[in-house]
Amino acid sequence: MEQTEDSSKATILLMGLRRCGKSSICKVVFHNMQPLDTLYLESTSNPSVEHFSTLIDLSVMELPGQLNYFEPSYDSERLFKNIGALVYVIDSQDEYMNAITNLAMIIEYAHKVNPKISIEVLIHKVDGLSEDFKVDAQRDIMQRTGEELLELGLDGVQVSFYLTSIFDHSIYEAFSRIVQKLIPEISYLENMLDNLIQHSKIEKAFLFDINSKIYVSTDSNPVDIQVYEVCAEFVDVTIDLFNLYKTQEIELPSETNDNKRSQKRQRELKSVSELGNGVIIYLKQMIRGLALVALIRPNGADIDNCLTITDYNVDTFKKGLIELWANSATKKSQYFQDNIK
Amino acid sequence: MSSTNNRKKLLLMGRSGSGKSSMRSIIFSNYSAFDTRRLGATIDVEHSHLRFLGNMTLNLWDCGGQDVFMENYFSKQKDHIFQMVQVLIHVFDVESQEVIKDIEIFMRSLKQLKKYSPDAKIFVLLHKMDLVQLDKRDELFQIMMNKLSEASTEYGFPNLVGFPTSIWDESLYRAWSQIVCSLIPNMSTYETNLIKFKEMLNAYEIILFEKMTFLVICSSNGNLQINNDTNSNTINNKDEKKKSNIVAIDPKRFEKISNIMKNFKQSCTKLKSDFKTFVLNDSIYVSEISPNMVCFIVLNDTRQSQQLVLENVSKASQYFQ
Repeated sequence: MEQTEDSSKATILLMGLRRCGKSSICKVVFHNMQPLDTLYLESTSNPSVEHFSTLIDLSVMELPGQLNYFEPSYDSERLFKNIGALVYVIDSQDEYMNAITNLAMIIEYAHKVNPKISIEVLIHKVDGLSEDFKVDAQRDIMQRTGEELLELGLDGVQVSFYLTSIFDHSIYEAFSRIVQKLIPEISYLENMLDNLIQHSKIEKAFLFDINSKIYVSTDSNPVDIQVYEVCAEFVDVTIDLFNLYKTQEIELPSETNDNKRSQKRQRELKSVSELGNGVIIYLKQMIRGLALVALIRPNGADIDNCLTITDYNVDTFKKGLIELWANSATKKSQYFQDNIK
Repeated sequence: MSSTNNRKKLLLMGRSGSGKSSMRSIIFSNYSAFDTRRLGATIDVEHSHLRFLGNMTLNLWDCGGQDVFMENYFSKQKDHIFQMVQVLIHVFDVESQEVIKDIEIFMRSLKQLKKYSPDAKIFVLLHKMDLVQLDKRDELFQIMMNKLSEASTEYGFPNLVGFPTSIWDESLYRAWSQIVCSLIPNMSTYETNLIKFKEMLNAYEIILFEKMTFLVICSSNGNLQINNDTNSNTINNKDEKKKSNIVAIDPKRFEKISNIMKNFKQSCTKLKSDFKTFVLNDSIYVSEISPNMVCFIVLNDTRQSQQLVLENVSKASQYFQ
């Protein structure tokens, strides 16, 4: 029974000491809140769960920092059993020794209850640190955590570290990687994207969740954070401009004769921008609030040809995505029913 | 002769800390609102020569606002500062503690202007509006404007134009678009050409932007001086057909587009390039129309082919040189 819950819904558990920035992360990434506005957030007193559906149904559970989870009254065993990833936030501008001890304790417990859990540590609020200091802090925290785990006899546990800040794109990048670990179909997606870019002149392709701007998948080329930023901002530009003239777009179908066709075309977002140095940024809406954003470098080839080929390939990719999704959905319900019996 | 004609002198004045240099940096130097924190105090007058629309040069005199310098402007340097001024932009900090003193300085500069350049246009910006609660903004703006226009009428500048502004939203673009537009000499040519162009493309709306700053130059649907009025005018011909679903499009769209596109331009620099064209859903086109201008086209009919539209844009470009 627990296994079904595990596979049908991915849960991220967000933990950390008080005032380390858990709620801010939640609001900024999933609620599109302005980073500056998070200065005035109240302290969270109850565990809160929020659901987001990207390619998979994702829920993020945030635990208040002041609780002690190892009081016998608290059902922490059930809590850790059902989650896919544990995200622990460490405030890098504060004394972090306490946080590391706390983290080691939580890992020890979580790992005992659920060995498959992936453990992610966000070294948060790095916007206030200088470049040199960032590296120092990361090394220091990684080393100390390693020592603590060694002491507890858990040196084999995989822990990933990210440097994050809500004032730039690093938090989205970190969350993208975390969410990607929870998607069972990720390897197929990556293969499909690799295929796509091999047969078009695409340099880099991201599959974005439009609302949160985390990327669900990308091709196997290394991610350049700058390219990611440009693509994320391109999603913003497209959505903002589209919303400005949305009313006008709605009026359209009633005006044109072939009603149904134009309506169908309107619903789908697509935008293309050509830059001065020949690079093309390409966005096309996919299923379930996802959008494909790609960076195309024609390298002298004819731009129109390039776009036509890309259009065709992206359409094929979309079909693949729909199929993949339908398949995995039926599998899941099948699995669920089997377990009920 | 023509070169002197195209040189415009703009005075940017206001008490210290009111945000003068921040504005200038955002509009003309591609700073983000965050970056302006780094700016220090302006010492005396900082001159910048900005090329606008190719042949127009804006000489922006950013006047440091500390009392020491201010006294200097009104005594020793008064003929130097206030001669040949086309535009005075006076910035008021809404959070200022000494409103009386702020207005007094405004009146003193008006007095000098009356003597040295009586034809100058006056704009006032009530800046840092983001620090005032939403529901109180209008009221505060009205009170302040009443006071200021009283003062300016007294000195022979009867129609004062004022804007509530903030660097954290698009209001800054609105204010500066109108300030800069008031300086463009052949505006009417642009407007008539744009309307023709709009008819030819069967477009819903075309807006013309300056390329570097992304300030609005003009729009096909009437001028943008009085936003509320034009808005009702612009959609009229369309709405007559179907009064039922009147969903007025955003009256602040010009500023918002400026803001959005400027952000996009900024992010394009991460790929070490400038953007050339942008096409959304085959209905919104953004493209260069001349070396200094960008046009923003919203089509009625999305079935026109992309090549056709872009070809039309490049053909039309000769009329917007």
